[in-house]
Amino acid sequence: MQNILSVQSLTKKFEDFTAVKGISFNVETGSIFAFLGPNGAGKSTTIKMLTTVLKPTSGEIRINGFNALKEQDNARASFGIVFQDHSLDEELTAYENMEYHAVIYKVPRKEREDRIRQALEIVGLWERRKDYVKKYSGGMKRRLEIARSLVHYPKILFLDEPTVGLDPQTRKSIWTHIKNLNEERGMTIFLTTHYMDEAEEIADEIAIIDHGKIIESGTLEKIKENTGTESLEEAFLKLTGRDIRDENGGGGNKRRFMRGMGRRSRN
Amino acid sequence: MIEVIYILWLRQLKHYWRSKARLIGSLGQPLLFMVAFGFGFGPMYTKASGGANYMDFLAPGIISMSILFTAVFSGLEVIWDRQFGFLKETLVAPISRTEIMVGKTLGGATIAMIQGLIVLSLTYVLGFRISSLASLGFGLIFMSLIAIFFTGLGLAIASKMKDMHGFQLIMNFLIMPIFFLSGALFPLENLPPAIYFISRIDPLTYGVDGLRGVLVGMSTFSIYSDLAVIGALSALVCAIGALLFSKLEA
Repeated sequence: MQNILSVQSLTKKFEDFTAVKGISFNVETGSIFAFLGPNGAGKSTTIKMLTTVLKPTSGEIRINGFNALKEQDNARASFGIVFQDHSLDEELTAYENMEYHAVIYKVPRKEREDRIRQALEIVGLWERRKDYVKKYSGGMKRRLEIARSLVHYPKILFLDEPTVGLDPQTRKSIWTHIKNLNEERGMTIFLTTHYMDEAEEIADEIAIIDHGKIIESGTLEKIKENTGTESLEEAFLKLTGRDIRDENGGGGNKRRFMRGMGRRSRN
Repeated sequence: MIEVIYILWLRQLKHYWRSKARLIGSLGQPLLFMVAFGFGFGPMYTKASGGANYMDFLAPGIISMSILFTAVFSGLEVIWDRQFGFLKETLVAPISRTEIMVGKTLGGATIAMIQGLIVLSLTYVLGFRISSLASLGFGLIFMSLIAIFFTGLGLAIASKMKDMHGFQLIMNFLIMPIFFLSGALFPLENLPPAIYFISRIDPLTYGVDGLRGVLVGMSTFSIYSDLAVIGALSALVCAIGALLFSKLEA
């Protein structure tokens, strides 16, 4: 099988710490790949580099055969992304957001309306297309972002915690859409999530990153076997420990919650 | 390419048009300046200059002021885009950073031009008259160059700012001095050396001088050198902006 995404010794150094330490992995075309890790492990930094908005310190990324650093526009046209935090223009209508996306991704003018309609129908927002995004609920915004990421027919879709803060109904419906996209269109899915049950249910391949390094990867069965655990959640906790992490902590910044409290009260 | 620039431009115009409060609110300041300075200093100016009308002197300055502020604000809007996450959407798209810069510059400059034209019509109500249709045409050229330069400047600054915390700093130590020392309110003659020097390196000086030159026939420098300076500066700031945008990370 071919790899749609291939990452070699990817490293990102910030001034005071190294967020990603030479990670390498491949994502097979047509698969669902879950990229898991505690807060501050380097997930978001990695996704930012994969999606060309952050320049790696070193390493190579190939998306759909294109070098993400040298053939940026070809690489960019190959993927869609749903960011962790919102990235919609709330002062525009849903349709206008979609249209903006279609134009900047150079979707042929004739196909634009059909594709926008199709994408909005997938997530059930076609009827609400004329509403301003600021009137949308959190779940609707997420669905709109997913619809938007489909307009340019990406080969691979990055989803950075797509279901965070959503109710179970919306989460279920979003995963159903994603699974359909994967099965019907053969779209590769690269996702991060903190809900281990979601990853367990949907992912073909899983990689767990901590302190900027991939500490375990493979199929669910393989990970459970390697760690001698019954579920992904157990495996995850066994691999990454039970300490609570700082959100933007990075490498050596982990700190026990109680110790943090003590430090604060002394000040 | 043209379509990409157009959709970026259109988005900014939609924002402007939909926020009526901002549209109307930003007319308050030029109006206040015109009334307060125009009627307050008018008699003094007439006396000192031996009969000239202060409104003729002031109106091009106030038009420039409204363009300056609207343009800089439009440029700085990129910081909001960054904070609300929308900037990422544009940055991951397969378009060149130059297209983004050009689209945003034209969008901001168009809004600043509209604002300038509204203020121009307000000055008409307060008794300001332009000598001919041709001078209005030349005036529009100067207005658009002022608009492009300051939108570009706002964008260049915004590309280096992560949030709005530095906003007051930019306003009070850059934009306000640019306005007050540009000759928009008072003639740039017989000034102390320090102020004289600053006014000569102030880009708006040449914009205001040129605009005043073509609209009412009063100027310190020749209109052509004004045009050359503000034109060259606009090109330069756009080039710098494009360079800064090419390094933009989300």
